Amino acid sequence: MGIIRTESLVFEYIRRDEEGNVEGITRAVDEVDLDVRQGDFVAILGHNGSGKSTLAKHLNAILYPTEGTVWVDGMDTTDDKELWNIRQEAGMVFQNPDNQIIGQVVEEDVGFGPENMGIPTEEIWERVEESLKAVGMYKYRKFSPNKLSGGQKQRVSIAGVIAMHPKCIILDEPTAMLDPNGRKEVVRAVRALNDVEGITVLLITHYMEEIIYADKVFVMDKGKVAMQGTPREIFSQVDKLRQLRLDVPQVTLLAYELKKNGINLPEGILTVEELTEELKRIYQQR
Amino acid sequence: MLRDITLGQYYQTESVIHKLDPRVKLIATVCFIISLFVVKSWIGYVVAAVFLAAAIKLSHVPFKFMVKGMKAIVFILLITVVFNLFLTPGEVLVSVWKLRITKEGLQLAVTMAVRLSFLIVGSSIMTLTTTPNSLTDAMEKLMKPLKIFKVPVHEVAMMMSIALRFIPILLEETDKIMKAQIARGADFECGNLIKKAKAMVPLLVPLFISAFRRANDLAMAMEARCYRGGEHRTKMKPLRYAGRDRIAYAVLAGYFAVCIGIRIWL
Repeated sequence: MGIIRTESLVFEYIRRDEEGNVEGITRAVDEVDLDVRQGDFVAILGHNGSGKSTLAKHLNAILYPTEGTVWVDGMDTTDDKELWNIRQEAGMVFQNPDNQIIGQVVEEDVGFGPENMGIPTEEIWERVEESLKAVGMYKYRKFSPNKLSGGQKQRVSIAGVIAMHPKCIILDEPTAMLDPNGRKEVVRAVRALNDVEGITVLLITHYMEEIIYADKVFVMDKGKVAMQGTPREIFSQVDKLRQLRLDVPQVTLLAYELKKNGINLPEGILTVEELTEELKRIYQQR
Repeated sequence: MLRDITLGQYYQTESVIHKLDPRVKLIATVCFIISLFVVKSWIGYVVAAVFLAAAIKLSHVPFKFMVKGMKAIVFILLITVVFNLFLTPGEVLVSVWKLRITKEGLQLAVTMAVRLSFLIVGSSIMTLTTTPNSLTDAMEKLMKPLKIFKVPVHEVAMMMSIALRFIPILLEETDKIMKAQIARGADFECGNLIKKAKAMVPLLVPLFISAFRRANDLAMAMEARCYRGGEHRTKMKPLRYAGRDRIAYAVLAGYFAVCIGIRIWL
């Protein structure tokens, strides 16, 4: 069994009009089965309203399933006794960097999680130092969060989660409010965590470029898992992705169009380097 | 521009007073204020002045910063002095038209002026040398005994420190909303006071909505990081008394004893 597993997870909420009358029931998450192995980098993709954020909030026991079950490291999230263990093991980073930083100094914010867990003071300092170094923010430890850029703030948030020594980090669209540079910074930090520290990463996003390094991708649509597989498998189905209103990266799209017009390229090309290599090969064959 | 405002009026520098435990400073300020009302004779005020001058000297904060704090209360100070000067009955010194300055009035006016200005300068030494954050920490620690009476001490301190963290963010947001409204023809500058106040309504509504949204997000982020109130919580920067804090307490106790002594025997 993987570190995170859901079995026919359903989440429904009741829609109400302005007077509070019930208008109907919306299924935000519909029969989702997820199985994430320890150490994997998993991406969850989907456009707005596909239920991906709702799904993420189940993995940290912020929301509870209407039907079905969620297990985090073998613990059922509806079990109240395990609540704090679950939240410690599955850390969560949210979209808006300003709304998740609590401390007035970077290092104090990173220490917030360990403080809540009741870690002794000396160990808090060790953890803060090591987590800030892991995301490359150690030299900003005395700064006020208000003086940092969006990407830096988001890295501080990630450090705040790492300091709790989680087995798994869930990032709920961490780059949605950032500029391209900030986005790269954050993705680089997340990949390093996965590679170096071996932390399981669940990245929720709607930017295609961010998922090409993932081990596994789930594409969500209307609360259901519409597609799953490796990035290559996913990106080889350009037409289906378009149906789900998702854009493929430019290189993949170019390769796809070239292939459609009779050039012998393999399916699911993800990077510019790959495409140039393939094109060189074809050119030499002629 | 708005994000650069400093809160409170912390003056960053190295000094003994800066390094003191915030609890010491808080207690010292309270004691100093009480002592101002304990002493009655001029010797007492001289002692208080010496104590205050020593604290200012040790704090390395330029004197003009202390005086800055005074500006805000000049008006109150003036009113107090004038009322005490003219309206205290007693032995008449000078009499012009219907106004009479009495000996007692003069005495009272001077005492009040000295008391008020010492009070302001004394408390501004605390705010100038202590960050708002360590002040909240000190309050939390000092008010801990109140927990027996079910006062949510930790929660209040947490609220204060979150409020401090969000003031610059909300200020920036206000600035943004204001600009967006100005771009669509809103007028915040012209008109009388009532008109200006009315113009603030379309500014406050979106600000409140966004503040609530932020509060909601923040609460979720805090819960996700295992926040569950003050129970089982450890401190990253616990307050610990050092040698200099004990010395400071001794000095404070000495000063307070002298003040009481003056009140009783002189």
